Amino acid sequence: MALPVNATRGQHVWYWCLRLICAFGFLFLVGPIVVIVPISFSSGSFLSYPLPGLSLRWYETVVEPFPWMFALENSLIVAVATTLIATTLGTLAAYGLTRADFPGKPLIFGLLISPLAVPVVISALGLYFFFARVGLVQTHAGLVIAHVVLAVPFVVITVSATLKGFDWNLVRAAESLGAPPLAAFFQVTLPLIAPGVLAGAVFAFVTSLDEVIVALFVSGPAQITLPRQLFTGLRDQLDPSIVAIATILIVFSLALLAVVELLQWRSARHGSRRDT
Amino acid sequence: MTAPAGSSLEVKLRRAQRRRSFTSFLLVAPLLLFILVVFAGPILSLLYFSIDDPKLVEVMPRTAKIVTAWDGAELPGEDAYAAVVEEIRTGYANRTVAAAAMRLNYEISGFRSMVMRTGRKIRRITGPPYKDALIGLDERWGDITYWRAIKASAGPYTTRYLLAAVDLERRWDGSVAKAPPERTIYVEYLQRTFWISFWVLACCIVIGYPMAYLIATSGRRTSRILLALVLLPFWTSLLVRTAAWVVLLQNKGIVNDFLLLAGIVDEPLTLIFNRTGVYIAMVHILLPFLVLPLYAVMRNVPPGQLRAAASLGARPVAAFLSVYLPQTLPGLGAGCILVFILSLGFYITPALIGGASDQMLSYLIAEFATRTGNWGMASAIAILLLLSVAALYPVYRGLVRGGTGFRFG
Repeated sequence: MALPVNATRGQHVWYWCLRLICAFGFLFLVGPIVVIVPISFSSGSFLSYPLPGLSLRWYETVVEPFPWMFALENSLIVAVATTLIATTLGTLAAYGLTRADFPGKPLIFGLLISPLAVPVVISALGLYFFFARVGLVQTHAGLVIAHVVLAVPFVVITVSATLKGFDWNLVRAAESLGAPPLAAFFQVTLPLIAPGVLAGAVFAFVTSLDEVIVALFVSGPAQITLPRQLFTGLRDQLDPSIVAIATILIVFSLALLAVVELLQWRSARHGSRRDT
Repeated sequence: MTAPAGSSLEVKLRRAQRRRSFTSFLLVAPLLLFILVVFAGPILSLLYFSIDDPKLVEVMPRTAKIVTAWDGAELPGEDAYAAVVEEIRTGYANRTVAAAAMRLNYEISGFRSMVMRTGRKIRRITGPPYKDALIGLDERWGDITYWRAIKASAGPYTTRYLLAAVDLERRWDGSVAKAPPERTIYVEYLQRTFWISFWVLACCIVIGYPMAYLIATSGRRTSRILLALVLLPFWTSLLVRTAAWVVLLQNKGIVNDFLLLAGIVDEPLTLIFNRTGVYIAMVHILLPFLVLPLYAVMRNVPPGQLRAAASLGARPVAAFLSVYLPQTLPGLGAGCILVFILSLGFYITPALIGGASDQMLSYLIAEFATRTGNWGMASAIAILLLLSVAALYPVYRGLVRGGTGFRFG
């Protein structure tokens, strides 16, 4: 965005107006996330500036077993299980969908990613009614199943996209050299599409770790997850320990952002013809 | 392929291809089955739950049968009263009557306690005539509107939830009319949901379009940094961002401190638990969904075109409107529909930052499902929301297919 040398007065006004909006926009997007971080190191219990002093007292409450570490443990158990199941099922399905043609393929693909298109509240309601009839409400298994539903479209999409640039001749070469299909998959295909699979796994992990609506519907006190505890904390009693948890999660998302960027950069470099 | 038709090679090849198709389908099958059973089935079952009405007919089958046959014009006969007395008696003894009473309460509030009170006193009725005895216990049993309510609840299927979701109700004579004012709240929720989504979208366009333009036209390094500034909130947990706004927008929060310090306001503004807060937080959460697809399109617009238009004499506004804007429309459209669809389903942010009059359809669904246990109403409103989203979805698909290779993330 540059201004020509012979710009008119009106153009100058426009130019600075747009710049101002942009500056506001970027400040608006990042500001809130940056501004709350120092508050988590406050020694007082007010959530505003100036800070009365610095301390780690809110991080000490965060590492107490209850409620935060308990919630973190639940979240990690559910997220890891979700990631494993969603990545396995999603990768298999994406592989099957790109490997050969069969009737109804576009429809099946649409169906597999449909949880993305339905508002989460509606998915949560359907899952809640279903779980109520089969006895999965207020169980870890139920929460994992629900999160797999929400996470698996991301795996299907990322792995499918990676497989689009995949050279199937490599598999044919492996098979013609006598490799059984399974061996060809694990020794040839999987290492090559690994960045896509990993990116899908990261998406699945984040989806589960950040999910709160389904958790509000189907989980009980024994399955309180981190987002659910954050939701309750924000609604009932707001103190800087919530900001401390938020800060930890912000650092975590920064790390994930870096991982995904790296994976995409790598999968782009590894000869995939994906247009990004 | 020059092999003659029906040659063994062609047959073999076709067989191999069929086997390959089949094994590929087998790889997809586990996930397909999973999604069908756990997702598609339950979503479809919402249709069933929105018309399912088994409560009364389960507990009071004889009464249900009699009132279904009754025309509803005048008080029913002795047989209906006899059935009610008998079935409340057994239902009260084995504690099943409460479910039916709850269902009747949806029709007339106060009906539940009336049935439970009748149940407590039912011992006093020892024999016929039941009509006089029942009216003697509670004179409302002589009021025809209560009997019409029983007729409306007789099930096993009902249109009342679906009608109620659009503020309609079925009268006893079968006609459909506007529901009484104390029950007409749902259309208001629907309008509010669309209204909030519309304003959130408008703010996103005003802020997001220049941002995407700046990212797309900056130098390589700058644009990468600016893009990261959009991606960071995109990757940050929704709860964390909502938490940040709760902290920032309080009366003694950072935004108010800043406004006071800068002398822009004299006393703190109320920014939380009202509509303003909901708009601010929702725009913050949805802005990246507009900027990213827009950026993907703008990146492919040759930068020289605007200059060419200018050198041919087009005024800047005309050049923008006739050269630049049309080329970004697919991305703008896709981003707009995406933002709009996502905001229609918002629940967490209004629940934490909004007040009682800022809640959207999702809130009603959660309330009915988890707090009051009214599955029929929850399903009916979910269908309303789903239809709203489904109506917009073909537009989104068309725009994305005709436009860019935009992807999430």
